[in-house]
Amino acid sequence: MASRLNQKPLKIPLRLKIGRYALTAHGLMSYFFLYAPIIILIIFSFNASKFVTGSWHGFTLEWYKKLFVDEAIGAALRNSLYVSLIATFISTIFGTMVSLAMERYDFWGKLPFDALLYLPIIIPDIAMAVMLLLFFVMVKMPLGRLTIIISHIAFDISFVAIVVRARLAQFDDALEEAAQDLYANNWKTFRYVTFPLLLPGILAGALLAFTLSLDDFVITFFTSGPGATTLPLRIYSLVKLGVTPEINALSAVMLMASFVFVVISFSLQKGGNGKVDLV
Amino acid sequence: MQTDKRKKWRVFGLIFPSLFWLVVFFAIPLVLVLAMSFGERGTYGGVEWNLNLENFARFFDFSDPLYLRIFGRTLYIAAITTVVSFLIGYPMAFWIASQPEKRRNSLLMMLMLPFWTNFLVRTYAWILILRDQGVINTIWVGHIHNAALWLENTLPWLPLEGFVQVTANPLPLFGTTLAIVIGLVYGWLPDMVLPCYAAIERFDGSLVEAAQDLYANRMQAFIRVIFPLTLPGVIAGSILVFIPSLGAYVTPDLLGGAKSVMIGNVIYSQFMSARDYPFGATISFVLMALMLAGTLFYFRFTVAGQKGEPNHG
Repeated sequence: MASRLNQKPLKIPLRLKIGRYALTAHGLMSYFFLYAPIIILIIFSFNASKFVTGSWHGFTLEWYKKLFVDEAIGAALRNSLYVSLIATFISTIFGTMVSLAMERYDFWGKLPFDALLYLPIIIPDIAMAVMLLLFFVMVKMPLGRLTIIISHIAFDISFVAIVVRARLAQFDDALEEAAQDLYANNWKTFRYVTFPLLLPGILAGALLAFTLSLDDFVITFFTSGPGATTLPLRIYSLVKLGVTPEINALSAVMLMASFVFVVISFSLQKGGNGKVDLV
Repeated sequence: MQTDKRKKWRVFGLIFPSLFWLVVFFAIPLVLVLAMSFGERGTYGGVEWNLNLENFARFFDFSDPLYLRIFGRTLYIAAITTVVSFLIGYPMAFWIASQPEKRRNSLLMMLMLPFWTNFLVRTYAWILILRDQGVINTIWVGHIHNAALWLENTLPWLPLEGFVQVTANPLPLFGTTLAIVIGLVYGWLPDMVLPCYAAIERFDGSLVEAAQDLYANRMQAFIRVIFPLTLPGVIAGSILVFIPSLGAYVTPDLLGGAKSVMIGNVIYSQFMSARDYPFGATISFVLMALMLAGTLFYFRFTVAGQKGEPNHG
């Protein structure tokens, strides 16, 4: 979902001060609603109490120390990174290739293929998870890291394609024509003109795929097997056992890691086209 | 002719990896689930392929509406979530659109930031807030109860007895439908705000002046001009909130209780505990049919909206 911003702020037909104050108050409260849970979570990850309660018992880093020596969490993190990196790499290549075909060429069966390309985004997680589980059970494929990677690629391709296609759609064809006028062949045109201009879009698509992969719980939950626990699965089973300070610390680390990640990805996109694209 | 053939091969080469992947690991499993929803559960948990409508009859059984009731509750929760998201999100989008450009950019980014963090973690944060030993109830049972007791002692003529009793126990927040709605609104609010914002931001302010020249007051200008013209954004946002709410699994599982099970939890238990794959497939079938209907509606509306025609109806 790309949003382009107007130059002028919208003139609201509210001349009454009270109306404007109410709107501002509502806006501020909405942002409070968005951030209060996150801030509370981070604060309580430093709470010295052994049991998680709503009251403050002093500052500690103990839960973070425990976290970093926890073998199970370390293994889950390694699994998560392994799965997400491979899924991102493959789906970025496939997604970029298919975007080039969809935006540049007309071919037989394009419309139904377009629908197939969008479906994994529309379909609810739980339905896709069920489908894939049934499929893997039917073809007797052992559930594990491989089945998770396969499933992640299946939904990542569509998201990469959406982002790359958006970038391709704004692309100025004249640049490629110019390259060909200068006797560049197809490959050279792609290598020296199309690809560099497309790169910010490809990177944005890859970052989206990576985030989605890293955060996915439902589909991973259904398609994982013994020994293939990812970080979200680990958190889920910990939460199911009960609320503990270690989960607070783990959640806080994940929140802050995503924040850093998002800021990097936003500045990457900004460097690409001077605009912030909201996906 | 030569170049034509080469072009064909190039297109095929570009498409093939994705086509292969999406057919084998998406389309075939999808068809499998649809087919299986007409099958029967085998004796040892497998599937018997004598196709019939038994599972659908079981789901839509009006004499024993166990599943229909859960389905109804799911629709109800998704609808409430959508309405609440609209009530919070539309004015929020309006406020963001009325800010100077620089601040608007940061506000949009701040809106998206929580959206990019792990959904499980964000849901978990609400457990900390809503449960009996959580942040709200610590304040309620601790501080507010104490204040009520103190007030009752110092000003005995105040009718506070009822209030003191109420604050003695934690508020029943965790494990309720309310908790699920809060969790879902929290999870999907940006999906409501962004399309509303896009519609409001595109809105031509001079139309309001025109309405006011025609003696419309502010309320009339809003109801008859601004709102109808931004309605496509509202509809897009509503569907983007409604659809994932229908298929919610994590939120009801973590924040809801035994009495607030949603359809996603039933699908889960059919696959993971009851091992009745065909019936689980049937429920997924119904869920997907609903999603698809919602999505088609969404495309109809947004495509019409993009053409710049005001949409009535």
